[in-house]
Amino acid sequence: MSDYTLYNEKVMDHFLNPRNLGDLSDADGVGEVGAAACGDIMKISLKIKDGRIEDARFKTFGCGSAIASSSMATELIKGRTVEEAMSFSNQEVVNALGGLPPVKIHCSVLAEEALKAALEDYLRKHPEKAPKILVPAK
Amino acid sequence: MPPRRVFLDHLSATPVLPEVFEAMKPYFTEAFGNASSLHQHGLRVRDALLKAREQFAAFVHAESPDDIFFTSDGTESANLAIKGVAYANQRKGNHLVVSATEHPSVLNSVEFLEKQGFSCTRVPVDRQGFVNPADVHAAITDKTVLVAVHQVNHDIGTLQPIAEIGKIAAEKGIPLYVDAEASAGWLPMDVQAMGASLLSFSPHKFYGPKGVGVLYRHRRARLLSILHGGVQEGGRRAGTENIPAIVGGGVAAEIAQRDLPGRITHTARLQRRLWDGLKARIPYIQLSGPEPGPGRISTSLNISTEFIEGEGQLLLLDTKGIAVASGSSCVSKSLKISHVLGAIGLDHALAQGNLILSLGKDNTDEDVDYVIETFAGIVEKLRSMSPMWDAFQMGIIDSVISPRGQGKSFAEHAAAVSGKK
Repeated sequence: MSDYTLYNEKVMDHFLNPRNLGDLSDADGVGEVGAAACGDIMKISLKIKDGRIEDARFKTFGCGSAIASSSMATELIKGRTVEEAMSFSNQEVVNALGGLPPVKIHCSVLAEEALKAALEDYLRKHPEKAPKILVPAK
Repeated sequence: MPPRRVFLDHLSATPVLPEVFEAMKPYFTEAFGNASSLHQHGLRVRDALLKAREQFAAFVHAESPDDIFFTSDGTESANLAIKGVAYANQRKGNHLVVSATEHPSVLNSVEFLEKQGFSCTRVPVDRQGFVNPADVHAAITDKTVLVAVHQVNHDIGTLQPIAEIGKIAAEKGIPLYVDAEASAGWLPMDVQAMGASLLSFSPHKFYGPKGVGVLYRHRRARLLSILHGGVQEGGRRAGTENIPAIVGGGVAAEIAQRDLPGRITHTARLQRRLWDGLKARIPYIQLSGPEPGPGRISTSLNISTEFIEGEGQLLLLDTKGIAVASGSSCVSKSLKISHVLGAIGLDHALAQGNLILSLGKDNTDEDVDYVIETFAGIVEKLRSMSPMWDAFQMGIIDSVISPRGQGKSFAEHAAAVSGKK
């Protein structure tokens, strides 16, 4: 590591050593979203079993904090039920990362949106699960 | 610790030369006087000011040292040149002509004037960033009071046809302001050959200190002060002069002039080596601005690497000891891509993957080779993390740099996933 860092240690760690990087060949839900503001693109893949997120992977075209946000988001949501995950908030990512610069908060929002898009994809493919879970309006 | 430290951001700052630092030192301690004082302390630094004015006058080939004004930096010089000339000529007219790729200190000064009733024509540039002198000619009206075109573009290194533009301005009797921030110390500087009535630069771009800006102004170009206070700098710039920085800047200018041919040859060779190496080693990489050669400054390269974003490249390079800049939106505090990349019509996807590498006199062949190898590894790593690289491999999107004729454009794909039409 260098002596000075643009982001805090936690963010730098998730940027330099991202967790859950990659794709899931047998994903149950995949979400890809782009940030209109900056042009970053994030993709989250989920493996869901018995209504619970068993595994999550991400790929990100974006800055250090976008990569760190998607890495952290996939860490946080593993083990949660689909229902719990539907109320996931970007603030959780920000808190878990120990804060992001104000201009980079939108990166965590993108991670939330990618996760929600993956969940919606799952519910589209499994409409029988949908009635139980309220899909929030976009 | 990284195996090597390579500074490739000389457009932002350079280390002060030992000779420069030595020359500055007495003016912090024993020669601490204020140049406005009439006693020995003041008179001593007044002499030092005069000497620096002579050094800078020689540096830009000015007719007289009285044409040299000291400000705090390039931004203040640009503000003074633009607003000072506009305000001084309000009876004559209220129209300015500037190029679309000027520095924000120029463009934002112009925008400020527009809110006060001035009008401005922004002359577009071509895909390599060149201003067409005929467009400048066509933009001039009988209300035009100033033409402003930079000598070299800060972002993409394009060398503008300043002498031709200077001729047009002279024929019309309109002062030409040349921002030479990205070129001073790295190109021969001759205000008379350029036909420049005003020209500004900062010594910290060529091994001088920060905290001083230099504005050359020919006495025929009317200029109103925009800072109000005492009668320093002939009443054109109020405020106590930063003597140590001015003295250091003068020495840096003298050395830059002496060493100029060597500095140009050295950086031009490294620039060629760097770009050839990057091109050979990394697929889907593109240069913005002219190819290395007569149309481009020898110090900088502006590259876009496809399917990955610039800030990540910058941060990973930094962990390997390599310092660079980027024009990507993720690096900017406004989340916008560099306005220069927008003005040359660079695809947004490429603007996102942008880096600016600027060489200096102390960079070596070994530095360049280390950067090429290190960067190739970083590109590979970031591409392995990028959904856009996958989408390209799968034929969902196409390359902007080397299209294969299959898949959507990156922009179409990005718009679709971001919900934009």
